[in-house]
Amino acid sequence: MGAQLRVYKRRIRSVTATKKITKAMEMISASRIVKAQRAVAASTPYADELTRAVTAVATRSTAKHPLTTENPNAKRAAVLLITADRGLAGGYSTNAIKQSLALAARLRSEGKEVVTYIVGRKGVGYYGFRNLAVANSWTGFSDKPTYGDAKTVAADLIEAFTAETGGVDELHLVSTEFVSMLTQNAIDKRLLPLRIDEVELSDATPAKNQIFPLYDFEPSAEGVLDALLPRYVESRIYNALLQSAASEHAARRRAMKSATDNAGELIKSLTRLANSARQAEITQEISEIVGGANALADASAGSE
Amino acid sequence: MAELHVELVAADRKVWSGAATIVVARTASGDTGIMPGHTPVLSVLETGPVTIRTTDQGTIVAAVHGGFISFADNKLSILAEIAELADEIDVARAERALENARTDADSHAERRAEVRLLAAGGLKAQH
Repeated sequence: MGAQLRVYKRRIRSVTATKKITKAMEMISASRIVKAQRAVAASTPYADELTRAVTAVATRSTAKHPLTTENPNAKRAAVLLITADRGLAGGYSTNAIKQSLALAARLRSEGKEVVTYIVGRKGVGYYGFRNLAVANSWTGFSDKPTYGDAKTVAADLIEAFTAETGGVDELHLVSTEFVSMLTQNAIDKRLLPLRIDEVELSDATPAKNQIFPLYDFEPSAEGVLDALLPRYVESRIYNALLQSAASEHAARRRAMKSATDNAGELIKSLTRLANSARQAEITQEISEIVGGANALADASAGSE
Repeated sequence: MAELHVELVAADRKVWSGAATIVVARTASGDTGIMPGHTPVLSVLETGPVTIRTTDQGTIVAAVHGGFISFADNKLSILAEIAELADEIDVARAERALENARTDADSHAERRAEVRLLAAGGLKAQH
């Protein structure tokens, strides 16, 4: 076997191995999207009930709460960025990071100081490499977040928000919204202070349009609001984590699908090249044999 | 017999739903029983067991950690960050957790473990 042919054969073997890996990752991601979507669906009854309750308290009482009170001269804004723990997910993390940088620029132009909180190793890596300040970060659960994870994240943010001094006046959330298997959008929204008018149910109908019964609040409207609002923030963050996880899997599946397709193309063209190299080798051998036979025939013809 | 519709929902799943005659839960101001036709109420729950008497004379006990109940239009929603039905509770694990909590003097964890055992024990007593 000629040197060139051997090189082609080796490359085909290596690309085939890569293709097997990307194909496996594609299939794993595809099955995880379904699971992640199911988790999103399973969390909606809680989120909807909570939304209804929060809206009911807010519309039926005039209770003021630190989490709903707007600071007219907001100075510091917190941004929670949700990214992936692992790469090979196409532009998933990059898009979220870009969105958060754009949001940070916008907040700065409004004269606010930006405090960044990050979920996911990719975001931490990006900010760490550029020496950008990060207030706190959490990693290790981006592909399968639990409610406990959301609670840990929310506890820190609520603490920062309600702190008397050195706290933040606003809280923004940058996450990836799962629209469909093919479309995921990086979005930013303001989580705190909470605007009750904008609270929506899972089917995007404003909760305020519903008519609520005259509830008895126990222990009191303020007490109920005190207990509900942190839960509401937790559930929003939980929902964002779940949607981002579903988006991460969808993005990874798509990236791995195109990697598998590209590997297939590469194998095809390498096989063509290997075939023509082998053919060239055979042609050369035949012409050498024919040439040698002719030379022998000429030589023996001359001696007779 | 009058009945009310109950939905027991945890943060990450729907735990139980169905018809019941009375639901007893531990709220911030003490144990509250809710029967059909109760006035609309929204109250904060303590960590404690929730007992649901179903229309077919069955009893469902769940350990509920943090959350609230809202009752309106004969529909009762029990929302909890964590809710486990009695038969889902791993007694051995809860006992271990109780022991750990006692040694660490973590009163919240101790209460959680106690409630789990209480809910699981209540089920056993009936068998």
